[in-house]
Amino acid sequence: MNFWLVLTVNSITFGGLLFLLSAGFSLIFGLMRIPNLTHGSLFMLGAYVGATFTVGLLGFKLNFWLAAILATLAVAAIGALAERLLLRRLPGDQLAQVLVTLGLSFMAADLCLMLWGGDPLNVTTPDGLGGFVRVGTVAFPMYRLAIIAIAIVVAVGLWLLLDRTRLGAMIRAGVDDPDMARVVGIRVSQLFTIVFALGAGLAAFAGIIGGPILSVYPGLDQDMLPLALVVVILGGTGSLLGSFVGSIIVGFIYNFGQALLPELAYFVLFMPMLLVLLLRPQGLFGRQIP
Amino acid sequence: MTNKVRNILLGGVLALGLAVPAGAEELRIGFIAPTTGLYAQIGKDMVDGFQLYLDEHGGKLGGADIKLIVEDDQGKPDTGVTKAKKLILQDKVNLFIGGLLASSGYALAPVSTAEKTVYLSSVSSADDLTQRQLEKYPYFLRTSWTSSLPHHPLGQWACDNGFKKVVTIAADYAFGYEVVGGFQKAFEDCGGKVVQKIWPPLGTKDFGPFIPTMKADADAIFTVMVGPMALQFPKQLRGSGVKKPIIGSGVSYDEFVLPFMGDEVIGDVSALHYGAGIDTPENAKFVKAYRTKYGKMPGYYSENNYSTAMWIDEAIKQAGGKWPGPEQFIKLMQGIKINAPRGPVSMDENRNPIENVYIKKVEKTKMFGYEKEELWNKVIKVYPNVSQFWTYGKEKFLAQPVYDRDFPPCKFCE
Repeated sequence: MNFWLVLTVNSITFGGLLFLLSAGFSLIFGLMRIPNLTHGSLFMLGAYVGATFTVGLLGFKLNFWLAAILATLAVAAIGALAERLLLRRLPGDQLAQVLVTLGLSFMAADLCLMLWGGDPLNVTTPDGLGGFVRVGTVAFPMYRLAIIAIAIVVAVGLWLLLDRTRLGAMIRAGVDDPDMARVVGIRVSQLFTIVFALGAGLAAFAGIIGGPILSVYPGLDQDMLPLALVVVILGGTGSLLGSFVGSIIVGFIYNFGQALLPELAYFVLFMPMLLVLLLRPQGLFGRQIP
Repeated sequence: MTNKVRNILLGGVLALGLAVPAGAEELRIGFIAPTTGLYAQIGKDMVDGFQLYLDEHGGKLGGADIKLIVEDDQGKPDTGVTKAKKLILQDKVNLFIGGLLASSGYALAPVSTAEKTVYLSSVSSADDLTQRQLEKYPYFLRTSWTSSLPHHPLGQWACDNGFKKVVTIAADYAFGYEVVGGFQKAFEDCGGKVVQKIWPPLGTKDFGPFIPTMKADADAIFTVMVGPMALQFPKQLRGSGVKKPIIGSGVSYDEFVLPFMGDEVIGDVSALHYGAGIDTPENAKFVKAYRTKYGKMPGYYSENNYSTAMWIDEAIKQAGGKWPGPEQFIKLMQGIKINAPRGPVSMDENRNPIENVYIKKVEKTKMFGYEKEELWNKVIKVYPNVSQFWTYGKEKFLAQPVYDRDFPPCKFCE
């Protein structure tokens, strides 16, 4: 009984982390049709920048949450630059976008190795969340519960942004029909930069939030990118609900798969993705891409 | 036609070779390590260890000038093979060193046989290379360790210290099997019971799924974690409220990860043939020199290559300052006992080191005159002169199969 309870909670926390990771990917793909393969790198970059502040590599230590905000902003700025300077020049050319973003991810990996070295870095758990909560005989790590809360706050925030604000309405219009959006006077190109920065910032935020559990090390980018892809393919691109549900599903599959069938863990993880691709290529909550 | 081209090329190579000014005898050493990619830092630590010894001795070993040629294998066995051939055929090295992963060791050893060139494994620890497969590789020798070597004594130590039931959790690949195998064999021969074996995949990030499956009645957890897994596991375990003692493979607490760990690892016990916290003058000198030069704590990747250089130094000295040829070199190496930072080391008849094994406990303390409190692997017990066959004797040990996922079988798991 306890076993199932702990696994369930773990699944939801891991799902929460995956949501933070994949929401940005889904948003970018939904609006811009760019399969952004640097997404794992942005996650790693966020974790590295965050770790730099929390561990005090520059000679001063910052509070975890302040470090998280700074890392998010810094990486969002990098994302905006990459969009303005590079991706902007390749509209609609998916092969070129895949190659450019893949190339960028290799460059980012080398740059991180140069700047931070190859030693793994530990991101300190934020003050007050290092302990665990005991419920009966089961202990739940406090930080994992906090991740669930953070994911929910971010999900609600994103939903409000997309559904209730003018910017959100413009983004949705851009997703549905970019040409028509332009005709009615929405500056879609500016929108692209904003969304790309938002997606990059979300990935970086996920990186630092995941830091205390995952730590930061060279190769983290390549570990996370496939997970983001699975979530987005499962849930459907461009759909916030899709990312959310997809993340939770993958969280459950990942945790229960590892615990019950450890030999088949990756099989269990990628099999649903194959099925969805075969039977419902647009994903569970995605719409047909025209 | 191609022959002609090759002859011209060869001629060029020879001409270049002749252009080297004649002076002191030059010894050419190839060094294969991953200096780019995921394992770049470990590769750097390996090269730095060797280089430190060279620099301390004016670039000479045993009186011969050393030309060290470092090649990057990116942690890939096939690249390693290409680089080894380049070192042998083009650079005409007398011997080559290195290779990080067990898979690299298995890939490089046949090259040494085919090219009749000495391969000195300074890190790679795959058990069988110096055990059942030894005869295939007459030019192979090892200055590091076999994966199971430090973990036989650890099994004995755990048993002697009152642990009865242990759960093992280890990365799911050959190295993990050999480490767990060594521990389990010695622990169970002494009366302990391994009651559960868990194998998370190599590179597992989230141990959430594995922690709740661990049996509650075990009184300790034996871990084999490599790379970032070593950072994540203790933190996630303690965060889940599990307070059982951890005894682990030395790699889970090597100085490669230890400085980056949090205070939750204080009190954890591990075993290895080296630890920066060995309190001897030789080691203090090494740790200080290394930290001054490279700004970080040396782990076994660095020490093993430092002492490899020391070992070659002694062999070349005995050969009169010049390369004695591969057969003679191996013979000389086997007869040498060095006093390395890790303690006295010699070589058994299977060309694997006989060395001290240190049972270590993580403490937050000051050592060697450093002012800051840091995490150190303090030695709590030394098993002197341990061989890869532990107390079993060579014949008896080699009669059993190599340690694997299912060997020794888990008799007490249900």
